[in-house]
Amino acid sequence: MSFFFEVLLGGVLSGVMYSLIAIGFVLIYKASGVFNFAQGSMVLFAALTFVSLLERHVPFWLAFVATLLVMLLLALLIERLVLRHLLHRSPMTLFMATLGLSYVIEGGAQALWGAQVHGLDLGIADEPFTLAGLMLSQFDLFAAAIALSLVIVLSLLFNRTRVGLSLRAVADDPLAALAIGIRLQRMWVLVWAVAGFVGLVAGLLWGARLGVQFSLSLIVLKALPVLIIGGFTSIAGAIVGGLIIGASEKLAEVYVGPILGGGIENWFPYVLALLFLLIRPAGLFGEAAIERV
Amino acid sequence: MFYLESGQFSTSYRQDQRIFRLWQARLALVLLLAAAYTVVPWLGSDYLFSAILIPFLVLSLAGVGLNLLTGYAGQLSLGSAAFMAVGAFATYNFLLRLPGLPLLDGFLLGGLSAVPVGLVFGLPSLRIKGFYLLVSTLAAQFFIEWLFTQVPWFANNSSSGVISAPALVILGHHFNTPRGSYLLTLSIVLPLVLLAKNLVRGQLGRNWMAVRDMDTAAAVIGIPITRTKLLAFAISSFLLGIAGALWAFTYLGTVEPHGFDLNLSFQILFIIIIGGMGSILGNFLGAAFIVLLPILLSIISSAWLGDWIQAGQLENLQKILFGCLIIVFLIKEPEGLAKLWNTLRARAHGWPLSYWN
Amino acid sequence: MTSIPRPLLRLEHISLSFKGVKAITDIGFEVAEGEICALIGPNGAGKSALLNVINGVYQPQQGQVSFDGEVRRHMQPHHAARRGIARTFQNIALFKGMSVLDNVLTGRTLKTHSSWIEQALRIGRAAAQETRQREYAEKVIEFLRIQPWRNTLVGQLPYGLQKRVELARALAAEPRLLLLDEPMAGMNQQEKHEMSQFILDTNREFGTTVVLIEHDIGVVMGLSHHVVVLDYGKKIADGSPDEVRCNPEVITAYLGTKH
Repeated sequence: MSFFFEVLLGGVLSGVMYSLIAIGFVLIYKASGVFNFAQGSMVLFAALTFVSLLERHVPFWLAFVATLLVMLLLALLIERLVLRHLLHRSPMTLFMATLGLSYVIEGGAQALWGAQVHGLDLGIADEPFTLAGLMLSQFDLFAAAIALSLVIVLSLLFNRTRVGLSLRAVADDPLAALAIGIRLQRMWVLVWAVAGFVGLVAGLLWGARLGVQFSLSLIVLKALPVLIIGGFTSIAGAIVGGLIIGASEKLAEVYVGPILGGGIENWFPYVLALLFLLIRPAGLFGEAAIERV
Repeated sequence: MFYLESGQFSTSYRQDQRIFRLWQARLALVLLLAAAYTVVPWLGSDYLFSAILIPFLVLSLAGVGLNLLTGYAGQLSLGSAAFMAVGAFATYNFLLRLPGLPLLDGFLLGGLSAVPVGLVFGLPSLRIKGFYLLVSTLAAQFFIEWLFTQVPWFANNSSSGVISAPALVILGHHFNTPRGSYLLTLSIVLPLVLLAKNLVRGQLGRNWMAVRDMDTAAAVIGIPITRTKLLAFAISSFLLGIAGALWAFTYLGTVEPHGFDLNLSFQILFIIIIGGMGSILGNFLGAAFIVLLPILLSIISSAWLGDWIQAGQLENLQKILFGCLIIVFLIKEPEGLAKLWNTLRARAHGWPLSYWN
Repeated sequence: MTSIPRPLLRLEHISLSFKGVKAITDIGFEVAEGEICALIGPNGAGKSALLNVINGVYQPQQGQVSFDGEVRRHMQPHHAARRGIARTFQNIALFKGMSVLDNVLTGRTLKTHSSWIEQALRIGRAAAQETRQREYAEKVIEFLRIQPWRNTLVGQLPYGLQKRVELARALAAEPRLLLLDEPMAGMNQQEKHEMSQFILDTNREFGTTVVLIEHDIGVVMGLSHHVVVLDYGKKIADGSPDEVRCNPEVITAYLGTKH
């Protein structure tokens, strides 16, 4: 029985990592209505930049700040060259633009920093840690703590500040937001930069775990089931969704895997999300779309 | 001026509804087909067939398949490669286990096998709309890839999981040479594209577009939404299945699950974005683009830049270029190359009058 | 009003609410075949909701709708379409990605009798059916005088023309009952006159029964045989235009009372 709880807890904690990626999506979706498929490549790009700076003997915190600035620059470029020109287009168009963007960023990241795998050591030993008779990973707990603080900070940003209010207004109706004087471009740069920051954090944590390599950008694909369960517009939902996906994935791998053969974690989250959608088309925390005729 | 339309008035609706209304267009088509069947096989090199024409044709068919679903019926799908995989593996297994089965029947059965798969993963579209639907087709993509890797029966229990495509024989004639494969592919793709074109300009095509544009209104005017959406998935999967079988048999030469990965799905989506969603011609233009661009890039880089850029970097540059092109197309010409082509043609009609039309 | 053996449309005790907000309370009236009936009332009175109930977009919590003898409370929109009810919408529900001709042709969808296989192979009835639908669509296009824009994308047309195309699409279905939701909203005097003429011609030439929502009282009085007045989801008057015009409750609803 305790093995079950260990697996469950392990899954939950690794689910936190998925949530981190999902939060980046939610941010951008909440503030600009765009489903940013390029989030994964942004994570990869941030992690690669950071790691490459580290390898060139740049001190940790300097590298962190430098990478943040790079992500800010990236956000500026994206807003200027892409978003500005796709202002009133359909969500599908915007999504496909982010698809193109993901190719550009991925290709760019690898062209700049190379395609090898980089190890990343954050100084937290991945040693097991016993709590109430269950074995947990210290690293996972650390990641969970980071994620939690991020959520708190971001929720405060969105719900308690003027900037947050403007961001929500922009997401709801860009034209109306423009009409009351909100600087659309600035808001977008801000939110994409924040998403970049979240991506960096996620990239560091994932990179420490898996090594910083190309497959990092594929993690984004796991974020979609998370978002479906948690809703596209809720940060809390991203956390809950991540936990559910992480837990169920681990449990399925351990208990169902041996029957079906390995590797089911590739598709299991999707099928789970699909079943979820059939019951609740708007996700757990999402807002149901109301169509007026 | 190049292309005088004057004097060519349709005198019946039947005439007006023809795919190629102007005699110049019909002539061009006849010449093109004649060339495709005579000049090209005679003069073409093996490289031309294997590396350019065959992938071009197969990807065009795949584009048509996805376009019916996403461009016309508005159901976004990232699982195209999965349906292609089903077609490929099904064709292989039918030909293997039913000895004496004619090759073309094998392809047909392969396409038909993809239909139930398409329907299963298309059912959620009845309840889910927009992005969320991505989940269903992505689930298809990952599940199918896993299934064919995991279950050895599909690959005839071969130890490596990779099977080579069987010989292409019809009525005793061998089509395994590049030239033969090209002719076979051409003869399969063209009729299927014609079927798709007929569908798209008929009532079903209009129903699809209605569902795409506003499905609540479509329901109100009496369009059966369920049937319309499911038919889109079914027919799209059928075409993709056959494209998949062709992809494995005439292009790759092998049938393996990782040849039908998410990357291929993306490629086909790019074909319809660049070529033009909601267009049949667009798929050919998009496929040509996707096939020719890498080749062009490597020619340019080796001609102008010599060895300065190694192969790995070339791939990255290609990626960047593709991404940029997608974005540029979405911004500047969202209806893709097909629209560009139509605009150029309209200009050619009216030249030298710039305000004509 | 001349007496008609059986009304084409009859609503009885219709009540509709959305999550506790009552949109329509106990409304009932009849529409005779071949008449033009106007639904009027201040904004928010429940007129659009009522139209939605008639063609099955909304399902009322109480009451029933009889159309052409068939009584039901719950009906899906495509079933209503099959029975011969067509409609236009307040916010123009045209298919923006298609041309005018294609939009009108979608209105013919229930009259097309060829399967998709026949269409793909262009055999059997497919080609003949396609031509037949084109013929009827052209008739409607000619009737509403939108021929010059036949191949234009509807999204590119001005508002007034879009409304006409929407009417064309509804007419293409050869409906017995036509529901028009503010067909003249946003039009100038001349456009209103043209649209009124189209509606009158439709009624006279095709015998189509019309129920329309309209705010312009002048149009209503000149166009309709029968007027139903709603206010706050309730019916406050029902009769000929002249009767309704003099009804004190109607005057109160629109103009307020003297204090």
